[in-house]
Amino acid sequence: MSAMLLSLVLLLAGCGAPAALSPAGPQAGQIAGLWAVFFWVSVVVEVAVVAFLLYAVLRARRPVLTLPALAAEPLAERRLTRGVSAATALTAIVVVALLAASILVTRALGALHAPQALTVEIAGHQWWWEVEYWDPVPSQRVRTANEIHVPVGEAVLVKLRASDVIHSLWVPPLHGKKDLIPGHATSLWIKADRPGAFGGQCAEFCGYQHAHMRLLVIAESRGAFDAWLARQRRPAPEPTDAQARRGRDVFLTGPCAICHTIVGTPAAARLGPDLTHLAGRTTLAAGTLPNTPGHLAGWIIDPQRIKPGVHMPSIGLDGADLQALLAYLGSLK
Amino acid sequence: MRRPVLDVSALPPIAYGSRTTIWWGVLGLIAIEGAALALTAVAALYLRQNFMTWPPYGTPPPGLAAATANVVLLALSVWPMYVADRAAQRERRLPVIIALGIACVFNVATLALRGFEFAALNCWWDDHAYGSAVWLLLGMHAAHLVASAIENVLLLALVVKGPLERKHFVDVHVNALYWYFIVAVWVPVYVLVFLAPRWS
Amino acid sequence: MSAELAVRDVDDAATRAALEVTWAPPRGVLGLLGTVNHKVVAIRYIVSAFVFFALAGVLALVMRAQLAYPEARLVGPDLYNQIFTVHGSTMMFLFAVPVMEAMGLYLVPLMVGTRNVAFPRLNAFGFWIYLIGGALLWGAFLLNAGPDAGWFAYVPLAGPDQAPGKRIDVWAQMITFTELAALVGAVELVVTTLKLRAPGMSLNRVPLFVWAMLVTAFMVIFAMPAIMVASTMLAMDRLVDTHFFNVAEGGDALLWQHLFWFFGHPEVYIIFIPATGFVSTIVQTFARRPIVGYPAMVLSLIATGFLGFGLWVHHMFATGLPKLGESFFTAASMLIAIPTGVQIFCWLATLRSGRVLVRAPLLYVLAFVATFVLGGLSGVMVASAPLDLQLHDTFFVVAHLHYVLIGGSVFPLLGALHYWLPKMSGRMPSEGLGRLTVAILFVGFQLTFFPMHQLGLAGMPRRVYTYLPETGWGPLNALSSVGAALLGVAVLLFVANVAWTLRRGARAEDDPWGADTLEWSTTSPPPAYNFVHIPVVESRHPLWTHPSPRVVTGLRIDVREVLVTDAIDAVPDHRHMLDGPTLYPFLTAMAAGIGIITAIFTPWGITVGVVLTLPPLIGWFWPAGEAIAGTTREKA
Repeated sequence: MSAMLLSLVLLLAGCGAPAALSPAGPQAGQIAGLWAVFFWVSVVVEVAVVAFLLYAVLRARRPVLTLPALAAEPLAERRLTRGVSAATALTAIVVVALLAASILVTRALGALHAPQALTVEIAGHQWWWEVEYWDPVPSQRVRTANEIHVPVGEAVLVKLRASDVIHSLWVPPLHGKKDLIPGHATSLWIKADRPGAFGGQCAEFCGYQHAHMRLLVIAESRGAFDAWLARQRRPAPEPTDAQARRGRDVFLTGPCAICHTIVGTPAAARLGPDLTHLAGRTTLAAGTLPNTPGHLAGWIIDPQRIKPGVHMPSIGLDGADLQALLAYLGSLK
Repeated sequence: MRRPVLDVSALPPIAYGSRTTIWWGVLGLIAIEGAALALTAVAALYLRQNFMTWPPYGTPPPGLAAATANVVLLALSVWPMYVADRAAQRERRLPVIIALGIACVFNVATLALRGFEFAALNCWWDDHAYGSAVWLLLGMHAAHLVASAIENVLLLALVVKGPLERKHFVDVHVNALYWYFIVAVWVPVYVLVFLAPRWS
Repeated sequence: MSAELAVRDVDDAATRAALEVTWAPPRGVLGLLGTVNHKVVAIRYIVSAFVFFALAGVLALVMRAQLAYPEARLVGPDLYNQIFTVHGSTMMFLFAVPVMEAMGLYLVPLMVGTRNVAFPRLNAFGFWIYLIGGALLWGAFLLNAGPDAGWFAYVPLAGPDQAPGKRIDVWAQMITFTELAALVGAVELVVTTLKLRAPGMSLNRVPLFVWAMLVTAFMVIFAMPAIMVASTMLAMDRLVDTHFFNVAEGGDALLWQHLFWFFGHPEVYIIFIPATGFVSTIVQTFARRPIVGYPAMVLSLIATGFLGFGLWVHHMFATGLPKLGESFFTAASMLIAIPTGVQIFCWLATLRSGRVLVRAPLLYVLAFVATFVLGGLSGVMVASAPLDLQLHDTFFVVAHLHYVLIGGSVFPLLGALHYWLPKMSGRMPSEGLGRLTVAILFVGFQLTFFPMHQLGLAGMPRRVYTYLPETGWGPLNALSSVGAALLGVAVLLFVANVAWTLRRGARAEDDPWGADTLEWSTTSPPPAYNFVHIPVVESRHPLWTHPSPRVVTGLRIDVREVLVTDAIDAVPDHRHMLDGPTLYPFLTAMAAGIGIITAIFTPWGITVGVVLTLPPLIGWFWPAGEAIAGTTREKA
């Protein structure tokens, strides 16, 4: 009990409402509402049971150590039976009510969709998220990683797939989880009611770096979103100074291009995240590091130290090459 | 000290059928193996959803000859096993030896046929999930046949030359129960592995 | 020919002397490796299970140390993944199920009034197989080859492409061993309960603990085959290139999940239902009155047993199932709250109307009720498909499952051990130390696991080896880690109490708690043959109704004979001779062990296993353990 109180205090004092209970969209909102129902029912039941238990034990008649009387007092026994039956009936009613509430919310969750909605395809990889904004014109499709921009107030269809192992997409302020399963296409609809950046994470154990497979959903106004999408559709900007040009050469002639794409250059591999607009993203390594030159340098030199087991190898670069590469990558807005 | 008692000395030291512990033990074994086979069968049906055709394109449906012969052979084998069972319950050694001997011959013959059945599957277990499923189903039943063959031969040897005790007649009796199970489950396995691929 | 009621001269001393000789434990190697006494086997089981519990508990402490603050570098992801996999696998397969079955294997023959389990040699075999499985898992872990794909080993992560090496093969074969052992135990419990009950113990007089074990055993029989099939398929995918789970060749990743949870959810009830048996027993004894609603309790157990098979899909709501299926499994998962509720209400009513004697075992039960109800309520939450989408695979579920497994099963188990320790050891445990243990256990438990609910809602997924500081999960994790240390202290205190009991405890009487079931009618500890005379049962509470009960005579005492009765009414049917001690079960288990461990590396291991097990198996079943049977007859 003391632990409960303590953590209750902690909860009220510092932490604020947890992510899953501060909804930013109708889906998470529905679930948070359902949570409130279940939570208060649970509080009442737990308190009632523990109170009765303590009352029963503390107020019980004094024990006898002789043989217990087995000749039951019929009246008292009947009262007990009636009590148990009543409690059971009440349990059944509460359970059925909770069940009905659940089914209603399930339906409400399924009700969100829109024709011609923005479609985002997400592929789970060990340990990052590949994101593609679908468009009927293939050249207009946009590929990025670990960061999803969505327009506020619009239903968005998220199509999910995985090729290596099972992952699970979870952005608590927007919706519950949906698994990404090799061989099974899944999807979910999300909608953000307010602008903001909402953190999410892989929820299905997927190997070494399951802990560092995070993503960010950025909800913004339609105008800002359109501008972002238009930026993403452009190829990478040409390097403007000698340092950045050298950095591009390092990228293209070194091991980087074996795994990564930078649209507008010959680098077109898809084993790792698309880096065309890397500098426009807020995090590195699937939400593990803030996107600053220092962290980027640390990541390039020794990714195994930051995410042990990650598929990106450590790359031996001399200082000058590294600085050049950072300059180039930093220019990819 | 004089006290009220329940004197059980007149009760028999041996019994048959559901009266005995070993019968219930074998029933438990049958429940376990039946559940395992049923789950494997359900798994095969589940995997079937992933295929346009069953068997998949390029794999001919399994040949029926050996498997169908085995249906007949297993059905016939019930007869000597039943005779052995009845003779065991009457605790008559010679009829048990003869009937169990014949049952052993049947058992070995079914195993020989099983070899041809595997060949008649027309695929390998590592070709595709279809191959894996049919090999596993057939293999599980084959494992039962092997286990039963060992058991039958051992029991026969025991009845022929071992220091026979009355309880060994109970063993023959419950061994027959297990054999009936093996025969009975062959029917669904046969339908699933050999007939079902011809229906789709 | 039938049993006959009579009044006879009964020479207890002579009978006891003869039984001592007939059931004498073997000496030397045969005694060590060949014993078939259900009590010895069960205590070995219990001790082994607790050793595994302690080992897995140490792993839990390492995990809590690693998670105590963000970005800790105590263990890396490779080791952490092995640690939580081995922790979960050990707790489920090497501790929880075996220890519950072991309690049953110790107590059921005593409670139903017979001399041993139905198949004593098979029982010994089950223990050895279990021990090999446990040694295999932990041996591999210590060699850095511990499985690392979670105790649920989802494919494709556990498949041949994503998990090269032998780690998962070790896991799959450990499953084979432990499930075989569990199935053996289940068959023992079913047959012992149905066929070896003392005369007069009709089904409506069977103690609730025995009912609980019977339902559990049936669940094991129908649930365990699922995991054996699944782990066989996995082993084959890895070893001989089958494609059960290989998507590219028509296999299916979700097939694994269906098979795993068809076993995995009943597993939870396999662990919980025996605990309800402990609770019913302890409540009845310390409330000094029969349990309110015995028929309702039995029906609840049976209903739970059936419903337990209808819930497995609630572990898969996030995989995107058809809505109708989702609602069906939500309904089934929530409805199971009703029979569980019935049991809780009956215990509360019993306590309310009883004359409550507050002793340590009852305190464990109070801790159980307060904790388990919370776990049940969070269970109703995760049963709700929409709520589960937020809660699934987060620390909320870690909290939930520990509330039901520790609060719901380990608390009653520790209470039960305290309660039956006088019977098992012949000495009384320390009441004061027992009370202190409960208090620290309860506080430590709540401190460890209650904050995890909050962490889950805050977005912390399960099975992460660390987390970033900006998540804000640090303080609650630190709190949880402190609680875990306290839990460790409680377990040490429990062990200290057992050690103190064995060395210093006061001699226990036959029935120190004034309980009602038959195990308390024999000496503490019971002799190898359990009872000098098999009792005749005339009520549901034999020790509360018969100061001097009628007993069975006429069983042979020069051989290991027991009375077989009919399954429903326990009418005496025939006499049956049980097998005595032998090394063959041990040898067979060793041979099978060599075969299955070889099968980690090559499919020929199966052939090796069959060839090696054949000689000891023949020895096992071939009659004329002349050496053993002969000498006992001589001495008699």
